Amino acid sequence: MLKPLLRAAFVIFGALSLGAATAQHEAHATDSTTAHAVATEVHAAAAAEGHSVEGHGEAKKKGFDAGKLILDHIGDEHGWHLWGHTSLPLPVILYNTQRGFSVFSSSRFEHGHKAHDGYMLHEGRVVAVNEDGEVDAHHATVNEELTKATWDISITKNVMSLLVSMALLLWIFLSIAGAYTRRAGMAPKGLQSFIEPIILFVRDDVAKSAIGPKYMKYMPYLLTAFFFIFLNNLLGLIPIFPGGANLTGNIAVTLVLALITFGIVTFSGNKHYWHHIFAMPGVPGWVLVILTPVEILGMLLKPFVLMIRLFANITAGHIIALSFFSLIFVFGETSAGAGYGVAIGSWAFTVFMAMLELLVAFIQAYVFTFLSAMYIGAAIEEPQHH
Amino acid sequence: MFLVTLSLVEPAFGLVFWMTLSFLTVLFILAKFAWKPILNSLHEREKTIEDALSEAKKAREEIANMKASNEDLMRQARAEREELLKEARDVRDREIATAKDKAKAEADAMLGRAREDIRNEKNAAITEMKNQVAELSILVAERILKEKLGDPAAQKALVDKVMTEADLRKS
Repeated sequence: MLKPLLRAAFVIFGALSLGAATAQHEAHATDSTTAHAVATEVHAAAAAEGHSVEGHGEAKKKGFDAGKLILDHIGDEHGWHLWGHTSLPLPVILYNTQRGFSVFSSSRFEHGHKAHDGYMLHEGRVVAVNEDGEVDAHHATVNEELTKATWDISITKNVMSLLVSMALLLWIFLSIAGAYTRRAGMAPKGLQSFIEPIILFVRDDVAKSAIGPKYMKYMPYLLTAFFFIFLNNLLGLIPIFPGGANLTGNIAVTLVLALITFGIVTFSGNKHYWHHIFAMPGVPGWVLVILTPVEILGMLLKPFVLMIRLFANITAGHIIALSFFSLIFVFGETSAGAGYGVAIGSWAFTVFMAMLELLVAFIQAYVFTFLSAMYIGAAIEEPQHH
Repeated sequence: MFLVTLSLVEPAFGLVFWMTLSFLTVLFILAKFAWKPILNSLHEREKTIEDALSEAKKAREEIANMKASNEDLMRQARAEREELLKEARDVRDREIATAKDKAKAEADAMLGRAREDIRNEKNAAITEMKNQVAELSILVAERILKEKLGDPAAQKALVDKVMTEADLRKS
């Protein structure tokens, strides 16, 4: 579904930038780890379409599957792939209603080649198997019933990145809070003076303007959400560990954020707000039959759109950046010269995209927070006296 | 391919779990230990600045008021001084004028008297001179007559002469 589109984009782009010579080290300089990741994925990726490849070295033995690489990158994984064959093993935590808790290192799966403790990896997911202990994955048989009863709360790459970013948030803002109490009444300094305008921006241009006089109550959530999204958008742009995870582009993360906004809106909604949803004043009864479902749908759609917008924007950014790099290897498969030629264009476009993504990182954090504030503002708005 | 794409938009339970747990924890900790002191001190600083500004404004206004009242006082004092000076000038002018008048009148009187004296002296002198001249004339005439009338011929000639002149005067 995605692949034909990507391939078409590659061909058009490649035609534009084909023909030049050596620029691979430039590409390495800008985004070396992504390039590394791409290079190593070349080993790992299975030849899905059976390109005829004449090989020199291991890298050319299998076809390069850009779609799989990109989806692997923007998705989640047990263990954190660092470079080459090195990955950081992360704890796998499973709860099964029949088997109870199982906790072990993700290295026990051996990248999906082994089953451990009655579980194995299948297409990136943990599934329950009938065999116990260390078994080769090819000999294991999946137990559908037990799989359904398994809850996977492993520290995956995204969870790890989430914890790292939370620790960063705590460290940054607790130290800044310390600075505020230590230097009370004085001009901001250092990190404080970098963060303060952003806090003021969220307070004055987001909370105050969208919520009104009662904004103070919602400031903690708006600030936390803003800085969480902004920080993770930025971390996602850094290709090296502990950045590079696609956390704010993960639907689970945006779902939780949107649900919290929805919860706040629902719990702070006043009589006026619910009255407008269930019985729009000044509308005849028979119209309400149509209008009320629409209003309820609108109420639910707001957080849904919040979720999709952040997810889609950040994921799209990652897909584009990776596509430009995959391009190098797609062309490199046909001839090394073409690969080098495309590398120049890819490098330039990736730099351009990185600049754009910096802007998007801020804009999406702003948009999410501002829309959340707008919805809260609409829920607590007092009726105007006519 | 399609399966993987689907998993992209299907929230994973583990991540939802960890995200909810850690986000709410961090939200709670930050709300209590970071956002509260930060927002409070921001608010306080803004208030301090605002207060300082409004105080400065008040002080400025006070100074302006004081300046205005000072200026009023100054203006009054200046007006009073002007008045006093004017009065003094008037008094002096009047004094000078009367003094001048008096002096002039006295001088005039003195001059009048002096003129009178001069005239009197002159008249006396003229009268005396006339008397002396008359006496001298008589003396001279006597002498001449004594001299001339000793000779008869001369007497005759004189009588003729007088006669001629008398004639001439008559005609």
